[in-house]
Amino acid sequence: MAPVKKDEILHDHNHDGIDRRGFLRCMAWAGTGALCVLEGGVLKSYALGHAGEMGGKISKGELTFMQISDSHMGFDKPANTDVIGTFKAAIDKINALPVAPEFILHTGDLTHLAAAEEFDALEQMLKDCRTKQVFYVPGEHDILNDNGAMYRDRFGRGTRGQGWFSFDQKGVHFVGLVNVQGVTEGGLGVLGGEQLDWLEKDLAPLSAETPLVVFAHVPLWMVYPKWGWGTDDGTKALALMKRFGSVTVLNGHIHQVMQKVEGNVAFHTARSTAFPQPAPGSAPSPGPMKVADDKLRSLLGIRNVTFKRGEQRLAVIDTPLQG
Amino acid sequence: MRTVLTAFVAGAALACVIAPSVAQKTAIPVTIDNFVFSPERLTVKVGTTVTWTNHDDIPHTVAAKERAFKSKVMDTDESFAFTFATPGEYTYFCSLHPHMTGTIVVEGTAGSGATQ
Repeated sequence: MAPVKKDEILHDHNHDGIDRRGFLRCMAWAGTGALCVLEGGVLKSYALGHAGEMGGKISKGELTFMQISDSHMGFDKPANTDVIGTFKAAIDKINALPVAPEFILHTGDLTHLAAAEEFDALEQMLKDCRTKQVFYVPGEHDILNDNGAMYRDRFGRGTRGQGWFSFDQKGVHFVGLVNVQGVTEGGLGVLGGEQLDWLEKDLAPLSAETPLVVFAHVPLWMVYPKWGWGTDDGTKALALMKRFGSVTVLNGHIHQVMQKVEGNVAFHTARSTAFPQPAPGSAPSPGPMKVADDKLRSLLGIRNVTFKRGEQRLAVIDTPLQG
Repeated sequence: MRTVLTAFVAGAALACVIAPSVAQKTAIPVTIDNFVFSPERLTVKVGTTVTWTNHDDIPHTVAAKERAFKSKVMDTDESFAFTFATPGEYTYFCSLHPHMTGTIVVEGTAGSGATQ
């Protein structure tokens, strides 16, 4: 996929005859998550710490939900010896919102080593979150001992295959995909034929005007293949979504915010609640990035980007856990 | 992990008894630093035990392409050992980070590796 210039996001895509108001955008990704508000068919995003800026918008919104990612329960290395504390900070941010989001998407790596007590910790902590409904997809860390059997038993009930599923909320079709199973040497994330067949059938009955939100752990687009940050057969999944006017892809895995818009597809990766990773190519390898203690929570959180598109203001305002 | 290690250590001992002239008696190390197996390509005699040790702050695994061996997850400073009783070329990767790959070349005659 060729890189898209920043200003292409400002272009109108009406040449395809698809109602612009159906185009989902979810533009704000904070270290702790982002709040997405579907307003009149347009998805806008706000960072958690900027709930006040939203004013009454949430209450008028048709749909609000959260994305959190890479909580890595059990991680205890110097990059963050208190992943419980930072995850709690994320929950506190959600609880402080003026209106409760309808549900949460957790885009994988719930745990660091897929241990039962790590899954327990996550489950216990989420009981303190006022938003009770959480949809999960697994990360590679969640399946490393048993090919994901425990994960699926506890967090993937009712899903298909290795844990993929879809659901509808207020006219938006959500698809959770698994791209951490069946990897092969030298490869990247993989969806596999069985899942792609299911996806094709799942999308078939939908009209092209249906907004799609697709979420998976590893980025579906080629962020940085050298570090494994991409999905080998991601383009096959995206080809199945080509006819849709509005596709928003939400991923985790790389522990940092990256965005890209290509045609009607907007790609976003979220930050971790546990530890940051280096920017692609900026270090010898990926992995937990050590920073000064007083810097950690700000790195897990802050980034502000604002796009203006015609009369629609698309704000990207990331929120630090602290600062 | 312990059970697996024990099994392979026992295998190594057996290999040494039957083919003492070709097997390395001490384990040959492969380290994992910054998501790289080092050495990336290693040649050993049949019957040699290879020990992988993870020095990263993130867990890794070692999984052979043809499923000849597969470690459990190795967290920081944990190791996995495997004894190569059959000559051949074994390519492997980390099942968590499949872009990480390595190769073990096991030299020797088929007969000298008939301990498995």
